Amino acid sequence: MNSTHAENAAQFLADEPRANWHDETLWIVRQKRDKAAANIPEWERLRQQASAIKDEVLANLDVYLEQFEAAAIKNGATVFWAADAAEFNQIMLNIIRRHKAKNIVKSKSMLTEECGLNRFLQSQGVEVVDTDLGERIIQFRHEAPSHIVLPAIHLKRQEIGETFHEKLGTEAGNSDPTYLTRAARKHLREKFLAAEIAITGVNFAVAETGSVVVCTNEGNADMGVQSAPVQIHCMGLEKILPRQTDLGVFTRLLARNATGQAVTSYTSHYMQPKPEGAMYIVIVDNGRSARLANPKYIQSLKCIRCGGCMNTCPVYRRSGGHSYGYVIPGPIGSILAPHTHHYPDLPFASSLCGSCSNVCPVKIEIHEQLYHWRQDLMQHRQTSWLKRMAMKATGIALSGNRRYNTLGAVARWAVAHLPRKLLYLPVNTWGVGRELPQAPQQSFKAWYKTNNPSKKQTS
Amino acid sequence: MKQYRIGLFIPCYIDMFYPQVGIATLELLQKLGQEVVYPDKQTCCGQPLANSGAEKEAIATYKHFVAQFRGFDYIVTPSGSCAYHVRHHFDILEQTDDVRQVRENTFELCEFLTDILQVEDLKIKFPHRVGLHQSCHGLRGLKLASASELIEQRYSKLRRLLEKAEGIELIELDRPDECCGFGGTFSIFEPDVSVKMGRDRIADHERHHAEYITSYDMSCLMHMEGIIRRQGKAIKVIHVAEILNRNSL
Repeated sequence: MNSTHAENAAQFLADEPRANWHDETLWIVRQKRDKAAANIPEWERLRQQASAIKDEVLANLDVYLEQFEAAAIKNGATVFWAADAAEFNQIMLNIIRRHKAKNIVKSKSMLTEECGLNRFLQSQGVEVVDTDLGERIIQFRHEAPSHIVLPAIHLKRQEIGETFHEKLGTEAGNSDPTYLTRAARKHLREKFLAAEIAITGVNFAVAETGSVVVCTNEGNADMGVQSAPVQIHCMGLEKILPRQTDLGVFTRLLARNATGQAVTSYTSHYMQPKPEGAMYIVIVDNGRSARLANPKYIQSLKCIRCGGCMNTCPVYRRSGGHSYGYVIPGPIGSILAPHTHHYPDLPFASSLCGSCSNVCPVKIEIHEQLYHWRQDLMQHRQTSWLKRMAMKATGIALSGNRRYNTLGAVARWAVAHLPRKLLYLPVNTWGVGRELPQAPQQSFKAWYKTNNPSKKQTS
Repeated sequence: MKQYRIGLFIPCYIDMFYPQVGIATLELLQKLGQEVVYPDKQTCCGQPLANSGAEKEAIATYKHFVAQFRGFDYIVTPSGSCAYHVRHHFDILEQTDDVRQVRENTFELCEFLTDILQVEDLKIKFPHRVGLHQSCHGLRGLKLASASELIEQRYSKLRRLLEKAEGIELIELDRPDECCGFGGTFSIFEPDVSVKMGRDRIADHERHHAEYITSYDMSCLMHMEGIIRRQGKAIKVIHVAEILNRNSL
């Protein structure tokens, strides 16, 4: 997508009733989260603890990764390391070819989205069926997820009914959720039963045990892994937790913060291959170690992909996940995206209200990170020339009393005297839906000079 | 009540467009027996630049600010956002004694009244239905109130100052602290989302029959007022200093 977030958002907002529905739907999720969090009196301490564990992991990642690898191998798994998306995709293709597999199912994994795995495998003649219901819906529609936990949240059930009618032969015009879910279940059951390889994402990888933990609400990761002889777990290298006992901190936070559930319906621990089966774990870097080496932005690697920042973000709710153009939308996506080359407008797609930082279960200061990215993008000339010049000029104007006073006088004069047509030219984007402030008789400074109330002071 | 020597910091847009807010702040502090000095060469805290990514371009403005405001017991401003910026984002300056003192001693008006002067009852009469807009930087940055996301004891310095006013009815909102969408230059670089956020915020106040929306930040109110006037709505905005200054002290 080449258009900017602002342009995409304007398009999203053109259908206001739909935008309102999107906002309301996600606000309900936020409210559920508030309720679930409030049921844990030690919630804020839990966040602090999770944040500290993640800090410890990032500070010793090399050690924990090797510990994890050794334990996983001892358990009977095969571990691969991928430096980037291309290597990851190739490793996946090689495994699939080695097992001569035709029927492949995959549960939700943002990492595979990030690496474009489906697209790559398709180009090699390999079809992968996404088994998360939301993912399957958008796969049918050839769309990207608009949310990392609720990938089809941008769709209304009527649209899903139409898609299922076309792809699964459900009754035309029937969008009853139970009816549609049953149709999906029947369709996916066939896929599970035929599966030769099951691919999953990884929520947590425990260094001391070598096990991977996958959290789902639909049990689709288990359905795949239990029926296919071969299982592949794909993880970003930051998914490590040191100890089994750390898990409880995160499983308590994850579902509550994501959807307001006390715990995900399924929390599955995979440790070793099935008899006659094979278990692969693919650990992916794809820019993470570079981020790890950058102390200013390292904290974005603490993210556990709960999506809480999206649900609370007033901008996300009113612009939709697709408006960001990056695989992970919303506040966290805007600090995870590789800005220096792409997506230079994303750090500006925020009012810096800070709600994201307050809900973040691992206490990433998301809005402060956005603020810092803005500085870097400006310094690296990734913003428009016009904007940079305007900022330079404003900087000069605001740093001196006389220049500043002149600026104020001109602004007041313009608002008071310029014809409306001129004041509200399209270049004045303030005027899109707002009136400019009315010009007072004089500035506070001028009032103070003439009235100088310090003379009347009691002191 | 203790008396302090206060440097009055009037943010740029208040100086330029809302002098009545500056006047109310000044008068209120004087009525409370404070020695208030307005350094008349002051300009701006530099936030409009820094929030746009031009922190480097703002340094000269930061330095000018520190030069104007050094040496006061406190620097008080009718803006949570500007106070937050000075306290939090002047960290890129060399931390001289002046810079440190200016940062530490800069207070938003409401928190200065509740935390430093420990004002309990200002004896105000304001017989209206009022909605509180807890602007984000004051709320989450300065912690002027408990934010709805955090699981903590509920409080609000703004509410505490207003709830004793005679005749006032403070309304409850469906979304107690959602951002209004001003966001500094966000309002002009993302105008559509910004305006939509503002419209939704105003609608929440209207649903609960507020006559006034009040806040410790005129910038949010300027944005909402712009929408209210464009749409010809009846609801009004008023800076909290203008309410608090209607006291009978």
